[in-house]
Amino acid sequence: MSEHIVPKKTYYAVFGALMVLTALTVFVARFDLPGILNITVALTVAVIKATLVVLYFMHVRYSSRLTQVIVAAGIFWLVIMLVLTASDYVTRNLLAPVARISM
Amino acid sequence: MSTAVIHTPAEGAAEPRTTYLNAGHTLKSWLLTLDHKRIGILYLLGVSFFFLIGGIYATLIRLELLTPQGDLVTAQTYNKLFTQHGIMMTFFFLIPSIPAVFGNFLLPIMIGAKDVAFPRLNLLSWYIYMTGALFASYAMFAGGVDTGWTFYPPYSTNYANTYVIATGLGIFIVGFSSILTGLNFIVTIHTMRAPGMTWYRLPLFVWAQYATSLIQVLGTPVLAITLLLVALERTVGVGIFDPRLGGDPVLFQHLFWFYSHPAVYIMVLPAMGVVSEIIATFSRKPIFGYKFVAFSSLAIAVFGFLVWGHHMFTSSQSVYAGMIFSLISYAVAIPSAIKVFNWTATMYRGSISYDSPMLYAMGFIGLFLIGGLTGLFLAALGLDVHVHDTYFVVAHFHYVMVGGSLLAYLGAMHYWWPKMTGRLYPEGWARFAALVVFVGFNLTFFPQFILGYLGMPRRYYTYVPEFQLLHVLSSVGASILAVGLILPAIYLLWSLKRGPIAPADPWMATGLEWRTSSPPPPENFERTPVVTWNAYEFRSKEETEVIGPMGKPDVSERK
Ligand code: HEM
Ligand SMILES: [Cu+2]
Repeated sequence: MSEHIVPKKTYYAVFGALMVLTALTVFVARFDLPGILNITVALTVAVIKATLVVLYFMHVRYSSRLTQVIVAAGIFWLVIMLVLTASDYVTRNLLAPVARISM
Repeated sequence: MSTAVIHTPAEGAAEPRTTYLNAGHTLKSWLLTLDHKRIGILYLLGVSFFFLIGGIYATLIRLELLTPQGDLVTAQTYNKLFTQHGIMMTFFFLIPSIPAVFGNFLLPIMIGAKDVAFPRLNLLSWYIYMTGALFASYAMFAGGVDTGWTFYPPYSTNYANTYVIATGLGIFIVGFSSILTGLNFIVTIHTMRAPGMTWYRLPLFVWAQYATSLIQVLGTPVLAITLLLVALERTVGVGIFDPRLGGDPVLFQHLFWFYSHPAVYIMVLPAMGVVSEIIATFSRKPIFGYKFVAFSSLAIAVFGFLVWGHHMFTSSQSVYAGMIFSLISYAVAIPSAIKVFNWTATMYRGSISYDSPMLYAMGFIGLFLIGGLTGLFLAALGLDVHVHDTYFVVAHFHYVMVGGSLLAYLGAMHYWWPKMTGRLYPEGWARFAALVVFVGFNLTFFPQFILGYLGMPRRYYTYVPEFQLLHVLSSVGASILAVGLILPAIYLLWSLKRGPIAPADPWMATGLEWRTSSPPPPENFERTPVVTWNAYEFRSKEETEVIGPMGKPDVSERK
C-alpha cells in the first residue's frame, strides 16, 4: 500500500466545497421549484458531496485499483437496487384505472 | 466405510500427535481461540442450538395443524410460532450453517493456508452472532414476535404489539457476523492460497463459498438498514412505509427482498459446493465441466440480485416490473440447471459408492430439482396469483431449504466428521438415518404442494375439514423426519468417544483437507503444501497408503 501524502490545502479546499454545497442546499430549499426539480437539485448536490468525501477524505482517489473496483462494485449494486425498484414506481401508473366504460 | 487405509498402530502409540482439539483443554482456550477450526466448532454448537429451538417451534406448528380447529394454541400464539420458527431457521441456522461451520473449518485447509486472513475478525464474528441470536432469544422469551419472518408493514410498523424492534435488532446484529465472515473468506481466497493453488485448481466448495461471500457482503447491509427503518417507523414514525406520511409499504418489500432473495442463495450456494465435493468423491470422477460449475456459482450470485420482485407479484407492484422480474427469475434457473446436469454427468459411468454422504448428496439433487422447478411455477406471473401465500409456496421453499440446504448440511457433517473429530461413525446407522430423513421429508412436504394447490393459505391455524388428511400426513412425516434428525445426533455424539479412529483420508478423496491428518494439527499442515495437481485428480490406491494416516502427510514432496 503506497502511503500517499495529501497536502493540507486539498483537504481545506474539499471542506470548503462541502460547506458551499451545504449552503446551496439550504438556500435552494427556500424556493419551491417546478416539477421534480426540488428533488433533482437536492440529490445532485448530495451525490457531488458524497463523491468528494469518498474520493478525498476516504482516499479512494489515491488507493489501489482493487480498492477502486470494490468501491465501484458497491455503487453498482446500489444502482441495481435503485433502478429495479424504480422500474416498479415509474411504470406503476401506466396501467391507468378505467375511469369510465363507454359503449 | 467402503475404503480403509492401513494403520501402523505402533507408530501412533509412540507419541500422541498435537491436533487442534488437544492443543488446549481449558474453556478459555476455546473461547479465545483464533484457530479457524475451533471457531468452526463454536459455530457448530451455536447453530445446532438454534436449529433445535427452530425445530421445537416446527413441532408445535405441526401438532396444532393435526386438526382443523384451533385446539392446541390460540391464533395469536400460532402467529408467534411460525414467526419464531422462520426467524430461527433462516437467520440463526440456515444462513450461517454451512459457511460458518464448514466454510470456517475447511476453507483455509482446502486452499492450503494456515488460517483465514483475519483470525481475530473471525472470532469476533462468532461473538457477534451469539450476541444477536441470544438477544433475539431474549425477545422470544419476553413475549416473541408475530409478524412473520418477513416483517411486512403496515402490520409490523403500526399494529403489531409484540417484540418487533428487539427481534429485529437481534437479526440486525447477526447480520454483521455474516458480513464479517463473507469479507474474511473473500480476502482469504484472494490472498492466502498455497503455492500452485491457482483459481482453477480450487475445489468447487471454495468457488461456492466465494460466491456466497459476495452476496453476504453486498446484500446484508440492505437488510440491516431495512430493519432499522422499521424500528424508526415504529418509534418516531418517520413515514418511509406509511402512506399517510407519504411512504409506501411496498417499498419495504422491495428492500426486504433485495436482501432476502439473494439470501436464499446464501443458503443454497454453499450446499451446492458441498454436493460437488461429495459427488466427485463418491463417483470417483472429476466434476464434469469444472469451469461451468464454478462460474455458475458466480452467475447465481449476480443474477440472484435481479429477481426479488417475484415475491411481490400480488402486491401493488407494477405489472411491468413484474414482467421483468419474472423473466429474470427464469434466467436464474439456467445456472442452477447447469449444476444439476453437470452433477448427473459426473455420476454417469462413475464408480459410485453409496456411502451416507453420497445418499444425502443424491437426495439433494432430486429434492432441489423439485424445489427449483416449482420455483419456476411460482415465477410465472399468472400462476402465482393463484398459489401466492398458499402452502404451495411453503412446500417450494422447504424443498429447496430443507431438501436442499439441510440435506447438504447433513451430508457435509457426515463427509467431514472423520476429518473434524478424528472418529468414524457407524456407517449402517448413517445410511439408515439418511433414508429416514428422505422419506420423512417427502411425506412432510409433498402433501403441502397439494394443499396449496387446493387453496390452503399459509400462516393459518385452522382449516376446512377436507384438508385434514393431507395435514395429518404432513405431521406424520414431520415425526419421521424428526427421528431421522435425532439419530445422527445420537450416533455422532457416540462416535466422539467410541467411534474407531479415523484415518487421514477415509474416502480416498482428493482435496487438500484429506492430505493432512485427522483431526488436523493446529497449523493445518506440517509444511505449506505445494499444489501441482488439479481439483478432483484421483490418486491410485498405493499413493493414498504412502501418504498414510499417522500424522505425517508430506504434501510438499508429492510428485
Ligand atoms: C430456481 C430458482 C428459484 C425460483 C425461480 C424461485 C421462485 C420463487 C418465487 C416466485 C417465490 C414467491 C412465491 C410467492 O410468494 O408467491 C418464491 C418463494 C420463496 N423461495 Fe424460491 N425460487 C427459487 C429457488 C429458491 C431457493 C434456492 C430457495 C432457498 C434456498 C428459495 C427460497 C424461497 C423462499 C424462502 C420463499 C418464500 C418466502 C416467503 O414468502 O416467506 N427459492 N420462490
Ligand atoms: Cu425469491
